Amino acid sequence: MFNPDSPQGLAISNLFVLTLLIAAGIFLLVAGLVVYASICYRRKPGQGEPYQNFGIPKLEVGWTVAPAVLLLGLFGVTFVGMGNADPAVEKDRAPDIIVTGYQWWWGVSYPQAGVISANEIHMPAGKRMLVRLIGGDVIHDLWIPRLGRKMDMVPGHPNEMYMQADTPGVYIGACAEYCGVQHSKMLIRAVVQTPTEYDAWLKTHSAPAPAHPDAAFALRGQQLFQQKTCISCHAINGTAANAQIGPNLTHVASRQTLAAGVLQNTPENMAAWIKNPQQIKPGSYMPNLRLTDDEIKALVAYMETLK
Amino acid sequence: MTDIPLVPETTRPLPTLGSSEGLISWVASVDHKQIGIMYLISSFLFFVVGGFEALLMRTQLAQPNATFLSPEAYNQIFTMHGTTMIFLVVVPMLIGFTTYLVPLMIGARDMAFPRLNALSFWALVFGGLMLYYSFIGGGAPNAGWFSYAPLSERPYASTNGLDYWALGLLVVGVGTVAAGINTITTIWKLRAPGVTIRRLPLFVWMSLVNSFLIIGALPALNASLVMLLADRMLNAHFFAPAESGSAVLWQHFFWAFGHPEVYIMVLPAFGIISEVIPVFSRKPIFGYAFVAGSTVGIAFLSFAVWAHHMFAVGLGRPWDLIFGASSMLIAVPTGVKIFNWIATMWGGAIRFTTSMLFAASFLITFTIGGISGVTFAVVPVDWQVTDSYYVVAHMHYVLFGGTMFAVFAGAYYWFPKMTGRLLSETLGKWHFSLTFIGFNLTFFVQHFLGLMGMPRRVATYPDLPNWGLLNLTSTAGAFMLGVASLVFFWNVTASWRNGKEAGDNPWQAWTLEWATTSPPPIYNFDQVPPVKSRRPLWDLAHPENPDSRPRKPKVEQTDQ
Repeated sequence: MFNPDSPQGLAISNLFVLTLLIAAGIFLLVAGLVVYASICYRRKPGQGEPYQNFGIPKLEVGWTVAPAVLLLGLFGVTFVGMGNADPAVEKDRAPDIIVTGYQWWWGVSYPQAGVISANEIHMPAGKRMLVRLIGGDVIHDLWIPRLGRKMDMVPGHPNEMYMQADTPGVYIGACAEYCGVQHSKMLIRAVVQTPTEYDAWLKTHSAPAPAHPDAAFALRGQQLFQQKTCISCHAINGTAANAQIGPNLTHVASRQTLAAGVLQNTPENMAAWIKNPQQIKPGSYMPNLRLTDDEIKALVAYMETLK
Repeated sequence: MTDIPLVPETTRPLPTLGSSEGLISWVASVDHKQIGIMYLISSFLFFVVGGFEALLMRTQLAQPNATFLSPEAYNQIFTMHGTTMIFLVVVPMLIGFTTYLVPLMIGARDMAFPRLNALSFWALVFGGLMLYYSFIGGGAPNAGWFSYAPLSERPYASTNGLDYWALGLLVVGVGTVAAGINTITTIWKLRAPGVTIRRLPLFVWMSLVNSFLIIGALPALNASLVMLLADRMLNAHFFAPAESGSAVLWQHFFWAFGHPEVYIMVLPAFGIISEVIPVFSRKPIFGYAFVAGSTVGIAFLSFAVWAHHMFAVGLGRPWDLIFGASSMLIAVPTGVKIFNWIATMWGGAIRFTTSMLFAASFLITFTIGGISGVTFAVVPVDWQVTDSYYVVAHMHYVLFGGTMFAVFAGAYYWFPKMTGRLLSETLGKWHFSLTFIGFNLTFFVQHFLGLMGMPRRVATYPDLPNWGLLNLTSTAGAFMLGVASLVFFWNVTASWRNGKEAGDNPWQAWTLEWATTSPPPIYNFDQVPPVKSRRPLWDLAHPENPDSRPRKPKVEQTDQ
């Protein structure tokens, strides 16, 4: 949060630093007075009752009004800060990205380019993207601290906000609204690319997967994908798989992580995940399908073709 | 004696403490002192349970990617920790003080409705037991203490845990409303002659305002619990978006209760501080009218700030602004109190008993919680830090650094009145030191974790730079707090049996509860001393300089 990489994040960071300075001042005043009084007004041996002071109304009005004035100023700064930290969304502007929160993964789609992905948000550096946030089942919350505000994803109450990152790189975030058993393993990342790289990424990712992979072993994997129950939850564009329950796998091999940020996306981890998702992410909706190691190898080989 | 308003005579004699012995008296008693003590004991026992849950959580979080608890177990435990501490510990502990002290402080014989008083207490016990029965009844609730819909709805919480949660809290909630009504009636109708509204001890003032908050806020919770139960059991859909219900509606209902609840958990604590600091500073409270008046201000404002819990929901700019402004405003009356308490210490002759140590450090720790509260009213900052560990730190600074510190101050202060024996000061100072260090160690670092991006309510966290270290620090502090609580427990049990005899008024305090014996007789007072000012016992002890003497007009009017 102190290392923001977007104008929105910077606005919040500056506002927080200002608030913190005021807070530190007030805290030092209060703590100083308490400590001073504790030291200087200790009962001395043989001391009688001190002067009985019932209050000084003028002084009390003073310490009522002074904080009120200070807070009025803070409110003014807040008012301005809100505009910078969360610019108003223009009417009738279509969202660039739609992020949908599910128990416990993120659907990420680019309606204009027709790309459907999961668990990572690709963005071009320096461009303000309008993100629509949708709650797919319960309430989730998209929070990437270095990029600015968090916002809830409430079912039946879609939200929109601008997101921006100025430097290419990876920005880690998480679900910030408690959403059930695997709330802690619902991570997200923003992958920020140069505009050219981003356009290239959009282009590759809008293409469907080949109807059949070339290699024979991968082809066996595809058959398994369709025979075993994989196909009842996952979609792979360009093939018969079109279910919407789990993440879309059309380009799964090009993603950085598996299971919403839990594992690095390597063939070994992919195999481990397919073998027993319940061991890696207990309570997640992907069941242990009790596949043999050979079947898993074939499935992984197929997944690795989905670049 | 005859002109003191008495509890209306009943046709049958009220079952009472009798010889103050015997097991049956603990079940049948309607004596406010015994019920008050039972409130304190049972909420302390729940505090031990809730604290144990906290230690389980901190053990799990001591290092990244830990597997000490399963995520499901962790979620049940943090839900039960929050629910227990709020509904079964903080609120009833303060009601316990109120029940014990208010009749004594206003020179009354008992509460206005002694049987209702017993009902309130037993509702707490049985509501709490019903909540805990969920552990053996198919799984504890697991949707957090504010149980946001639709996570709390049947499709996402299919065990009966949430049903036990809602039913248990409903039982507790009805009892709490009854306690509120009882307290208001008692203060309104049973004050001894001379105890005018403007002469009430500040603890009584705060209890009065608090009781109005209770009867204003708790029904909102009780009603929404009924609606949630209807959703879960009768297939209604108040809060189910899939069937045209509204998930946001639950949040509005819950926080319309939930924010006044924060003040329900803190106003009586303010009352305790307002009694303890003057007595140990040997000065009257500085600016009685401001302290009492600001409490009323807080009470009104507390009903108008609930949506600051919902800035991330996306209610829209105007709502965020309005609730940001009202939330900032509530810092003003709270700040007034802090300055008045400091001014009370100023120029005094302070005796640092354990009670005063807790009260003085309350001023510092509560201020941290209060200030971090203001940062949430700076709406964009809230957009970053809400639902993170920053919130966890903030609310523990308010509820532990605030309320619990005040409760400990009150415990050391009134224990002699309740039992006739003093708590050990040696153990007390150990208890204080361990609590103060352990508390700050546990919760201060959580501010940083929140700012670094750690969401709250996570069963585990990735191994990011410094996260492990800060969490380990927090866990170490939590165990220190655990040890501190054991010291307190030992102090209470040992001193209750063998503590130093206290006498009627060990602190040379000034309010009416110290005018009777320690512990007070079943009927409280042989004779209520004449009350001509806010400090009747000061007037008796200092006939040369009584508060009841007319003062120069420039000095605040103490008495009319």
